[in-house]
Amino acid sequence: MSVAIHIEDVVKCYDKLTIIPDLSANVKNGEFFTLLGPSGCGKTTLLRMIAGFNSIEGGFIKFDQEVINDIPTHKRNIGMVFQSYAIFPHLTVRENVEYGLKLRNVSKEEMKKKVDHILKVVKIEEYQDRLPERLSGGQQQRVALARAIVIHPSVLLMDEPLSNLDAKLRVEMRSAIREVQNQVGITTVYVTHDQEEALAISDRIAVMQSGVIQQIGKPESIYTRPFNVFVSTFIGHSNLFVGKVKLASDGNYVVFNDNYQIKMDNLADVTDDQEVVISVRPEEFSLQNDGVQCKISSRVFLGKYVNYTLEFAKSMLVPGQPSIEFSQDLGHAEKIYEVGDTITLRPNKAKINIFTADQSSSLIKDVKQYE
Amino acid sequence: MNKKKFQWDFWTGITILSVVVFTIFLIYPLFSLFMSGFQDATTGKLSMENFTRFFARKYYYQSLINSMWVTTCVTILSIVIGTALAYFMTAFKVKFKRSVEILVIISMLSPPFIGAYSWILLGGRSGVLTKFFSELFHMEWPAIYGFSGILLVLTLKLYPFIYLYVSGALKKIDSSLIEAAESLGCSGAKKVATVIMPLVMPTLMAGALMVFMNALADFGTPMLIGEGFNVMPVMIYSEFINEVGGQANFAAAMAVLMVILTTVIFLVQKYVISKKSFTMSSLRPMRAKQLTGVKNIAMHAGIYFLVVLSIIPQITVMYTSFLKTNGSMFVKGYSLESYRTIFENLGTAITNTYVYSLIAIFVIVFFGMLVAYITTRRKSWLTDMIDTLTMFPYIIPGSVLGITLLLAFNDDPMLLSGTAAIIIISLVIRRLPYTLRSSSAILYQISPSVEEASISLGASPLKTFFKITAVMMIPGVLSGAILSWITCISELSSSVILYTGETKTMSVAIYTEVIRVSYGTAAALSTILTITTIAALLLFFRVSGNKDISL
Repeated sequence: MSVAIHIEDVVKCYDKLTIIPDLSANVKNGEFFTLLGPSGCGKTTLLRMIAGFNSIEGGFIKFDQEVINDIPTHKRNIGMVFQSYAIFPHLTVRENVEYGLKLRNVSKEEMKKKVDHILKVVKIEEYQDRLPERLSGGQQQRVALARAIVIHPSVLLMDEPLSNLDAKLRVEMRSAIREVQNQVGITTVYVTHDQEEALAISDRIAVMQSGVIQQIGKPESIYTRPFNVFVSTFIGHSNLFVGKVKLASDGNYVVFNDNYQIKMDNLADVTDDQEVVISVRPEEFSLQNDGVQCKISSRVFLGKYVNYTLEFAKSMLVPGQPSIEFSQDLGHAEKIYEVGDTITLRPNKAKINIFTADQSSSLIKDVKQYE
Repeated sequence: MNKKKFQWDFWTGITILSVVVFTIFLIYPLFSLFMSGFQDATTGKLSMENFTRFFARKYYYQSLINSMWVTTCVTILSIVIGTALAYFMTAFKVKFKRSVEILVIISMLSPPFIGAYSWILLGGRSGVLTKFFSELFHMEWPAIYGFSGILLVLTLKLYPFIYLYVSGALKKIDSSLIEAAESLGCSGAKKVATVIMPLVMPTLMAGALMVFMNALADFGTPMLIGEGFNVMPVMIYSEFINEVGGQANFAAAMAVLMVILTTVIFLVQKYVISKKSFTMSSLRPMRAKQLTGVKNIAMHAGIYFLVVLSIIPQITVMYTSFLKTNGSMFVKGYSLESYRTIFENLGTAITNTYVYSLIAIFVIVFFGMLVAYITTRRKSWLTDMIDTLTMFPYIIPGSVLGITLLLAFNDDPMLLSGTAAIIIISLVIRRLPYTLRSSSAILYQISPSVEEASISLGASPLKTFFKITAVMMIPGVLSGAILSWITCISELSSSVILYTGETKTMSVAIYTEVIRVSYGTAAALSTILTITTIAALLLFFRVSGNKDISL
């Protein structure tokens, strides 16, 4: 039976180094939950704490109501898929999949039924009698998935399972994993540093940085309504401008440093003259007569759209950004601009995000950190 | 915050067991050796008396000088011959290369004292070659006894180590490095000196240490062929045997000196290597070139001459084992009489050899794999300490180990002297480090996530070790164990101190037969050992599947 996972105030430290200071999260029964973050953010550490390979220095992890802190890994009934596949090289594909069932004293007929079924689900029936070293990376990963799922684990844990595959296979396996998870309906915790993968595969995503969860939410909320500047720049690209809030009789405005102002209907808890960060994604600009002015400094043609790198007056931007970008959708473009051209771009007020000047939280109404 | 609880599991048990075992069989005996060395023989008080006595009389300290002198010469000569052979065999096309290699390995693995004893048969006072030359040319055959004899026998026995180490390193040099040197205008001897030699230097140093330690510790060769040229292991042995019954303090003091000497050399070598270590892996190894003309002929002649010289002892021994004997003399005609004699009189020695070495190798493999696991996967200060302890046997010469064990286990409650157990223990201690190192190397190649996968599927860590890790390790460990077994069956320097009539092994029997000038039976016993060695070597090639040997 699948379970919900409750993570309550857990702490992880190695000697004096604290990796995870205090982390809480709930994973619902049957959910596909992704831990996303840059390398070193503690996502794999957390996953291995759930698996039992890492000790827990504080707090609790519960499967439903049962605290699992002191239950050794082999008694937790988990299924795990590793980055390196970790297929037993001395066993055939079928023996690999049977391994966990044998430990559970499943009868011969039932084992055959279960293994046959799962091999069909992950589409590796034809290789079942081969030794794993003769399999390709994608096939090995299917074996690993089958081996983890066939024991009907309470939770399925995956540690960057696709990062060793080439781009095309990665997309293919991504949907295969999602499909299998849907069929079996196991609570799944998935670790990745690839944001596109996370957006495509998850029910909910937890974005982590330095051992702290920055935001938990559905893929679309994470992308469109990030809770802070870290999330907005880590997931997709965001251009950051400095600005101010102006409270007027006809409504609330945000004002760019060149005095261009946008009327915003969805601001929450703002004061007059409050300094803010305005975050605009490259596709949230449109070429209009009014807006912010800039010069094109380079151009990349990408087929579906053209990506321009822009040059603004220094005073308009939050310092330290790698680039300011604008994507022009070629489906509706009238003209492709040249490097050196000056253009006027209007940010889409329904889409852009406003953050506090310290970048720590959103000023848009109803944006939740934990969804 | 809840404190991490101390987990009492199987591996903790193994860690503690290892500490206990190493304490009883390594630390405690070495401690007894040092205590005994610093003890005055008559009064029993602590003193430097034994050491002052050693350095006061030329008869004693000369043996230390002799040991160092002959060992240094053997090492240098082995480096020259081994490196040259490795370079020619790798850089150029050599006919029957594979056979040359196998013969070199056989000569390395066969018991060392067989070399000494066959060279006496060939070039000794009444040797075949000596007679031949003096009768035909009235020529004086150069003296085979003493310094030159030891040098000849040990060099021929030990240069293969250098050969194996260096040719291993040469295989790892990517040919692009050599091409880079050539593209910069460097070729011929200069290329060898400035690029190839520096690249194999760390490996060469490791091999040189191996040769040095082996040559320094060797007992059988100088005992048989050394005559007046006394070296430390022989001196320790004879002093110890003379003093049995009384106090063995003086022999212990000499053993202490040797341990200090080997430790210093070991540490210096480690320090030097750590300064210049690097790793190489080659995508495209060097291709062997075809030499032409006189150069080609000269190279082949040199290589074949060396191989013949190396393998002569084995052939001599086998041949003479089928000769008719009359007392100590070989007479005309062939017979199996020598074999009949040994099976009648020395049957137990033969069974002892196989039984002891098989038990030892079983213990080594089992214990070695477990200890390798805790030192690589369960790292802590305790396992680091165990790891360091396991290096000790590398630097303890066999005869010193023999004395050490005898001194430590001569009394109740741990009375082991004279039993088979003590011989097996000495074999285990001497060979365990090698199996340990190779097991650790294999473990480092196995990704820990394979074990984690098994645990995540519900197997306990213990079950995982036996069902997954051990199964994956076993092929590599076994092939290493076969090589260790070969050295176990021909072990002499510690068994010769530890044996009694009941626990005699074949190598001890050969030694005593040679001392009794019963050459026929010695030859027959040696032949059995040599054939066993070759059979085991064939098994090794079978099991390991590859053709590389490392010791």
